[in-house]
Amino acid sequence: MSTKTLIVVGNGMVGHHFLEQFCASPAAADFQIIVFGEEKQLAYDRVHLSEYFGGSTHADLAMGTVEWYSEQGIQLHLNEQVTGIDRDNQVLETPRGSYRYDELVLATGSYPFVPPIQGNDHPHCLVYRTLDDLDAIRASASGARTGVVVGGGLLGLEAANALKCLGLEAHVVEFAPRLMPVQLDTDGGALLRHKIEELGVQVHTEKATTDITEGEDARLRMNFSDQSFLETDLIVFSAGIRPQDALARASGLAIGERGGIVIDNHCATSDPHIHAIGECALWEQKIFGLVAPGYTMARTLSAALNGDRESAFTGADMSTKLKLLGVDVGSIGDAHAQTPGARNIRFNDEQAGHYRRMVISEDGKTLLGAILVGDNSHYDTLLQYALNGITLPENPETLILPESQGGAPALGPDALPETASICSCHNVTKGDICTAIDAGCSDLGSVKAETKASTGCGGCTALLKNVVDCELEKRGVEVSKDLCEHFPYSRQELFHLVKVNGIRTFRTLIRQHGTGQGCDICKPVVGSILASCWNEHILATDHVPLQDTNDTFMANMQKNGTYSIVPRIPGGEITPDKLIVLGQVAKEYDLYTKITGGQRVDLFGATLSQLPEIWEKLIAAGFETGHAYGKSLRTVKSCVGSTWCRYGVQDSVGMAIRLEDRYKGLRAPHKVKMAVSGCTRECAEAQSKDFGVIATENGWNLYVCGNGGMRPRHADLFATDLSDEELIRTIDRVVMFYVRTADRLQRTSVWMENLEGGLDYLKQVVLEDSLGIGAELEEHMEGIVDTYQCEWKTAVEDPEKRKRFREFVNAPSQTDPVQEWTVERGQRRPVLESA
Amino acid sequence: MKPRTRWEAVCTVDDLVPESGIAVWTEDGPVAVFYLPHRLPALFAISHTDPFSGANVLARGITGDLKREPVVASPLYKQHFSLRTGVCLEDESVRVKTYPVLLDGNQIRLEVPEIRRDSIAA
Repeated sequence: MSTKTLIVVGNGMVGHHFLEQFCASPAAADFQIIVFGEEKQLAYDRVHLSEYFGGSTHADLAMGTVEWYSEQGIQLHLNEQVTGIDRDNQVLETPRGSYRYDELVLATGSYPFVPPIQGNDHPHCLVYRTLDDLDAIRASASGARTGVVVGGGLLGLEAANALKCLGLEAHVVEFAPRLMPVQLDTDGGALLRHKIEELGVQVHTEKATTDITEGEDARLRMNFSDQSFLETDLIVFSAGIRPQDALARASGLAIGERGGIVIDNHCATSDPHIHAIGECALWEQKIFGLVAPGYTMARTLSAALNGDRESAFTGADMSTKLKLLGVDVGSIGDAHAQTPGARNIRFNDEQAGHYRRMVISEDGKTLLGAILVGDNSHYDTLLQYALNGITLPENPETLILPESQGGAPALGPDALPETASICSCHNVTKGDICTAIDAGCSDLGSVKAETKASTGCGGCTALLKNVVDCELEKRGVEVSKDLCEHFPYSRQELFHLVKVNGIRTFRTLIRQHGTGQGCDICKPVVGSILASCWNEHILATDHVPLQDTNDTFMANMQKNGTYSIVPRIPGGEITPDKLIVLGQVAKEYDLYTKITGGQRVDLFGATLSQLPEIWEKLIAAGFETGHAYGKSLRTVKSCVGSTWCRYGVQDSVGMAIRLEDRYKGLRAPHKVKMAVSGCTRECAEAQSKDFGVIATENGWNLYVCGNGGMRPRHADLFATDLSDEELIRTIDRVVMFYVRTADRLQRTSVWMENLEGGLDYLKQVVLEDSLGIGAELEEHMEGIVDTYQCEWKTAVEDPEKRKRFREFVNAPSQTDPVQEWTVERGQRRPVLESA
Repeated sequence: MKPRTRWEAVCTVDDLVPESGIAVWTEDGPVAVFYLPHRLPALFAISHTDPFSGANVLARGITGDLKREPVVASPLYKQHFSLRTGVCLEDESVRVKTYPVLLDGNQIRLEVPEIRRDSIAA
């Protein structure tokens, strides 16, 4: 029975995390829970706020669902501001009523600090914190040309990115002499500035704004203390945050000198029945403006409310690793060398745009802090040294030198102590991972499901994989990547061997790199690799025996041994004449006819020997093969787009046809599906496809690695507002990178989830060309496009290839005796019982 | 007593597809003939009928070897059948019929049970 009431004020990331933790704990049964949120939306991910301008919606950013709240029996009051706390009677006041509480949690977060500058109340002066703020920025940006962000810190640069996403000329104005003054030093700040300016964001440092007046060429003019000025159409203040402590202050709770609700190690305020967590809380004179410490407080409080006095909040590591406007920035521990006696080692490569600094203890044994700009690949190793106090190697500089200059490889997972924190979002240590493995988790996926590691920000994915692989190996679990008994290689390795050695036949490959004769696992894989590399006809003599029957006979075998036929209908667009031909052919051969989910027509029940005849007729009517039988592009689904639709903003059918014509015939590790929607209403369901394209006013947004079917996965937004050419170049690169690196029968969704570094890594490879293979991938794709042939056209024109379609080579008139038919709903179907 | 058999000519060498199978019609029903040029012997013949589905499809499976045993994988449900013995590797209680096969000049011949034409006539 719920006898007591727990009220949570604030429904942000930390408030939500607390509810997740608390609802899963035993004490939840004793409480009725009520939640008040000032905003009208459910808790959402503020860390990725700028994605809102890249096409993400509240639903994409949401932390939970209304259903979850109701399942937990939580009373949810959104858009309801709490106006007072009557501590004596333990009652909370809102404009809509009074609510009694037994325990009260304040998770009110923070608000943006707006410097007291004359004119800061102008309607085009805005802040960057909530979705409502972003809507206001978006509204202000329409009709605007330029935008200024005041504040060159972490959030300010995020805001500048948002302005850029909105198509504005973006400026950043910073009072300090460098960007990110809290996390970076002079050299790091200078490099970051240089990189950001290269991206078209103008940076103005050491500028103190004196007032804001009406502009002459733009809406506003910012006047600076050095007499200079800057004209802009809108201003976003992002000059730091202040704890939202007004409610606590008014109710007489202890408040810090510079704000913040004072808490103890168990997150209790000066009133034992009131608790505070997240950015509104002040612990030992410190406010923690990051999400991870807030989550730690949430866990601590949940434990405390369960009577656990052992767990305590003992401060938090404020190290950060992020990508600002596409630039890697990392800051660890004592980055400014404030520890007495601390010494520095710096590596600065202006040519490559990499800056790294290590702060080490006086005795040279421990790492106190670090700064990274331009390349975060050293971050994980350095963080582990700093957090776990691991003794530095004799020449610590090797940790930040490039490998070519004697740099040490990354810290092996074996060197980490059991207490090493692997995932800080969910507080998972290496010890937790070992426990999970000992309890039976035998792969990365099950460890993730068991421990929740790497399911938060995802920054630890690569490290987690290393730890899991290493621990599995130590326990004698062989992490075998071998394709089958014939090849001791993974698909990716075989691809490499084929490509590098110019191997063109299965026999050469198995003689040089394998054993035996091959099997039904390795042969199709090699067939697909050879097709991806050299694009020869799949019925070329050497390739025939490699293919699954569907590929060999270029149709889909059904349970009675007959085949189905799916001609290509690019973008789902078909002329009445072609539709009539499909009907005539189906009628002539008595084929069962069904519309597919991919906007095509599937014709069932053709015998092997009928296939070439049927295709002759289809080809004469202008049809091409639809590759429904291959591990290759299936369809590009589309909505009708701007040509007909009142809402369409681009020609989605035209783009779908263009994409389908480009990628048709490409052989991949698994089938590939695409779709193009003409506006955000998304009628083509593009976000459930491997490649989804959604039209915007300015071009196309590209989503990648989605999936429908058995294991649905929402596609990830990959790039925004692309032109036609940019879109195709980007898809070329992702497709070819997938073809080259995925495992056998691995759809893009699983491929991406298993890719070390995940989506961010894929973006680096494709959008930033971090591996320097962009041009090669495009060239490879171009080669495939140039050598495309309709396999069916080639087959019906070649008498030798047609011979393969004889049902019985010695008895052309003999029909297959097992095929018995019946009629159902006006069409023919097989009688045969399956096994 | 061994039933009487005869060596039926079913096709020529040109009909064979290296590393793969073809189907022929015999007096004993449909048979799959496989040609694996890199093995000795290189010719195998087994029933074309997949015992798991009842469909005539085995000649269209992928050939290969598993632990050195020459096999074909059913194109429908992917079970492997030994080309030498006809035994299903996944379920040894299932076995497809095998036929002795030989190359006679340009002709491929299978040994099939003889149908006594005189008795049919009678």
